[in-house]
Amino acid sequence: MGMPGSLTHDIIKGPPPPVDRGFGGDGGNDGRGSSRRASFTGLYVLLAASTMIFAAFTSALVVRRGLSDDWVSMPKPSILFVNTALLLASSAALEIGRRTLKSGERSRFNLWWSVGTGLGLLFLVGQALAWRELKIAGIYVASNPSSSFFYVLTASHALHLLGGVTALVYVDVQALRLSLGPAKRTAIDISAIFWHFLDGLWLYLMVLFYVWG
Amino acid sequence: MLLAPVVWALTVAIVYFFAAKTWWFPPPINQHGIAYDAQFMRTLIVCGVIFFLAQFALGWVIFKFRDDGRRAVYSHGNNKLEVIWTSATALLFLALVLMGTKIWASVHFDEAPPDAIPIEIMAKQFAWNFRYPGPDGKFGHTELTLINDAAGNPYGLDDKDPASTDDIVSASLKVPVGKPIKLIMHSRDVIHNFFVRELRMKQDIVPGMEIPLHFQADQIGIYEVPCSELCGLGHFQMRTTMQVMSEADFEAWKQQMAANK
Amino acid sequence: MSSPAAHTAHHAPQGFIRKYIFSLDHKVIGLQYYFLGLFSVFVGMTLSVMMRYHMVHPDAKVAIFKLLWPGSAAGGIMTPELYLSLMTMHGTIMVFFVLTTVPQSGFGNYFLPIQIGAEDMAFPVLNMMSFWTTFLALVVMMAAFFVQGGAPLSGWTGYPPLSGIGRITGPGEGTGQTLWIVSIAIFCGASLMGAINFIATTIDLRCKGMKLMRMPLTCWTWLVTAILGLLGFAVLLAAGVLLILDRSLGTSFFIPGGLFISDQIISGHKGGSPLLWQHLFWFFGHPEVYIAILPGMGVTSHLLSTFSRKPIFGYKAMVYAILSIGFLGFLVWGHHMFMSGMNPYSAMAFATLTMCIGVPSAIKTFNWIGTLWGGKIHFDTAMLFALGFVSLFVTGGISGIFLGQPALDLYFHDTYFVVGHFHMIMGVAAIFGMFAGTFYWFPKMFGRMMNEPLGKIHFYLTFIGVYCIFTPMHFIGLAGNPRRYSDFSNVEFLANLIPVHQFMSYAAYITAGAQIIFVINLFWSMMKGPKAPANPWNATSLEWGIPSPPPFDNFAGVHPVVNHGPYEYSVPGAPTDFTMQTDPPTVPAEH
Repeated sequence: MGMPGSLTHDIIKGPPPPVDRGFGGDGGNDGRGSSRRASFTGLYVLLAASTMIFAAFTSALVVRRGLSDDWVSMPKPSILFVNTALLLASSAALEIGRRTLKSGERSRFNLWWSVGTGLGLLFLVGQALAWRELKIAGIYVASNPSSSFFYVLTASHALHLLGGVTALVYVDVQALRLSLGPAKRTAIDISAIFWHFLDGLWLYLMVLFYVWG
Repeated sequence: MLLAPVVWALTVAIVYFFAAKTWWFPPPINQHGIAYDAQFMRTLIVCGVIFFLAQFALGWVIFKFRDDGRRAVYSHGNNKLEVIWTSATALLFLALVLMGTKIWASVHFDEAPPDAIPIEIMAKQFAWNFRYPGPDGKFGHTELTLINDAAGNPYGLDDKDPASTDDIVSASLKVPVGKPIKLIMHSRDVIHNFFVRELRMKQDIVPGMEIPLHFQADQIGIYEVPCSELCGLGHFQMRTTMQVMSEADFEAWKQQMAANK
Repeated sequence: MSSPAAHTAHHAPQGFIRKYIFSLDHKVIGLQYYFLGLFSVFVGMTLSVMMRYHMVHPDAKVAIFKLLWPGSAAGGIMTPELYLSLMTMHGTIMVFFVLTTVPQSGFGNYFLPIQIGAEDMAFPVLNMMSFWTTFLALVVMMAAFFVQGGAPLSGWTGYPPLSGIGRITGPGEGTGQTLWIVSIAIFCGASLMGAINFIATTIDLRCKGMKLMRMPLTCWTWLVTAILGLLGFAVLLAAGVLLILDRSLGTSFFIPGGLFISDQIISGHKGGSPLLWQHLFWFFGHPEVYIAILPGMGVTSHLLSTFSRKPIFGYKAMVYAILSIGFLGFLVWGHHMFMSGMNPYSAMAFATLTMCIGVPSAIKTFNWIGTLWGGKIHFDTAMLFALGFVSLFVTGGISGIFLGQPALDLYFHDTYFVVGHFHMIMGVAAIFGMFAGTFYWFPKMFGRMMNEPLGKIHFYLTFIGVYCIFTPMHFIGLAGNPRRYSDFSNVEFLANLIPVHQFMSYAAYITAGAQIIFVINLFWSMMKGPKAPANPWNATSLEWGIPSPPPFDNFAGVHPVVNHGPYEYSVPGAPTDFTMQTDPPTVPAEH
């Protein structure tokens, strides 16, 4: 268990009360105890920041593409579709895991969560393969604005994903050590929601690459 | 308490210097400049009154409502006053912008007249170049690889192109009086800014873009052109002049430039 | 570990490092930010004094310049590139490490949790990381002075291509500029962490009875500032990443083709748009102005009410004004770009929205004067700075009505009129907010009172001083003096303006010197000031109901319950002229 104020203490503490999304109501905070609610707020605020970063990249892409005559749409590695499937599958596995935990099946949760984490790692490997394929084809970050944006967006997404995988692995280790009391629920929920967000973000990026990239 | 007279004194000093026009615009040299100055005066009067009243009121409440043993009034505000104040400022501010629209439109929305004299500006770290198309009325071909400042070819004029050979390149801007001028602005390296105070006009010159700007100067004279966008260590030195000449002088100057080539 | 229901006090960690260096206590972190800002403001101010000296004595040989910059001030004469690098660093340090850091991360960290009745920020570890990341950003920024070529010279706005190509566009554009961008990117990360914490704390950690509409206006401004920071810094981070790629990997986001610099063709780039950077930068940059000034507005509102012993005039209108400033702040970035070559039609839209944002600012001014009206004003130093803020806010704001019109900007863009405008409002007014906050909260933070006579001398010197420095800038702006010139001898019409520059320089020396009084007052009072009571100002908000300085977990394990709005002063029938927010409810219960 974390010490007061440590990172684990921030995120995981107390039994998971229902999340009241009434913008805090009249306050009604009882000190550090309402950290589950705060963790969710923090998560959503973080998602807003990430969204802004990708919105900025997107608007830069749209403007850069619209202004110039040097945009040559680059060939996309077909492994991207495999990666997409991997990422979707990993999200699904995590979600199944979460459901099994709700019905109290601890060991099946461990299995599903490990599968989800593994698929997530595989996605990262798949992305690395995609970059390798581009490199072999001689398409680098500065080759064309199209490839510049491809690398920037995939790398930013991968960085987010590294953070997400760290959270998944953390939960997984806790799960395998069987120290997964109700107190860890917040960590599970937060990392799963963050992962789903990255999933959705990836689908958006795929559309962006194929429509405008 | 002492703050009240200090605020008032500062306010009066500021208002005095604006009213006395101790430091001021140079006189305008065209219709646009006259319209500009009118819009400036409108804004100055509106803002001056607001400024004076607000600072005076601040000083007044400081003076009047200092702690003299009374009990403070218990009040949470006045919605009616709030609404009046808000709508009044909104109307005033929007009206000012709308009044300025015409000036902005005449500079940026209106096309240059078809008979406007085209002059191509090429700004670079840290000098100005102005190119006139020559008798053929056409700007000749230029090539990046031909640029040679030392040999007097800052544009990279291609002497294989006959349209290039008669182009006139000058380090200062010469324009005939009372004629519409169309500037076509380029930068060779970083962002610069063309500014002539007397024209009341300013425009960034952005590399990779071709930005037009048209004007007319109605008074003969020499006016300074200081670069007005940070362009590097020599920014402060990047100065040239705009000379407004009689039409005859302008033609003579062009012929002389052509002869010197 | 304590369960939420138990009313037990937490104890501070023992040991110097956990207590003062890598502390998780929001109060310690707030002070860390404050002192980081104090260091930065003196660096920034010193740079500005050197610049002001150079402008009026461009050929003087100064031993200190030679000592500090043996390369770019060889012989003690400041070179133009050195001047521009000082200017760039002055702006950057002031905007990021002072104006963004002190009012929000400093005071906000210290007082937001207390004012809403929380024991700490929502994520203390994140809070600590946010500070140390900011510290790292400052170290990287300062390092730019010491690398080959020195600090960058492209201004705090870092417009490419000047900032995007490298050493070839000027000294300082090599490693110095790279460090600058890296530092800004790190700072963005730190600000995002801070923003997450502020928002989650305000939404979820309010104590019982602390409805949103019972929060002090300071908390409202911290909340909205955090939202602005969240959205703004995310975009700046993205822009910074693209600029770094342009510089180091040869991409062409911002760099167009066909450039010819220093007798060389720049062949690696093609098709980029310098305006794209400006759009991204100012999408952050304009909200940044409000990040700097909003907390100052909050402190001013808070203090005007406290020291005039009156409820704030139009609390709701103030809240709506803060919210609409926050919202409109994201729609007006284009008014920095009227002359940039962007679509002139969009300029009209930006101008209209800019005038709209003047309205909530006007509401605030009106309400401040309304708050003072009929009050019983106490002129403590903290209050003087709050009143000074109002005066400066009016002066600095009104010139915005000129600059917000594209038509008038045709002349004023990049003249000293702009320099005067933004120094008045986002520089000096915001700093007056910080001074006001310092004098007001010092007793709470350090348990001692500051010296009032010294404070007043400092106030009057600074107040008159800043008017003397920055008002004349408007006049020389009228005369057309371009900004960012290291020397005025090359343009003939500037010769007449040299005496004004001399006046401003003298005013700057005196005003800068007067800040020593503040520093003496600050540190002397910290050690030797008279002991402060819990509530020296008879104020109502939660921080004044706990001892000075506050215990480790703020409320010593007691969970405060709020029954009143934040500005219940001089309530008829009440025993004192201030009703604490935690006082028992009056009958009938009010809201």
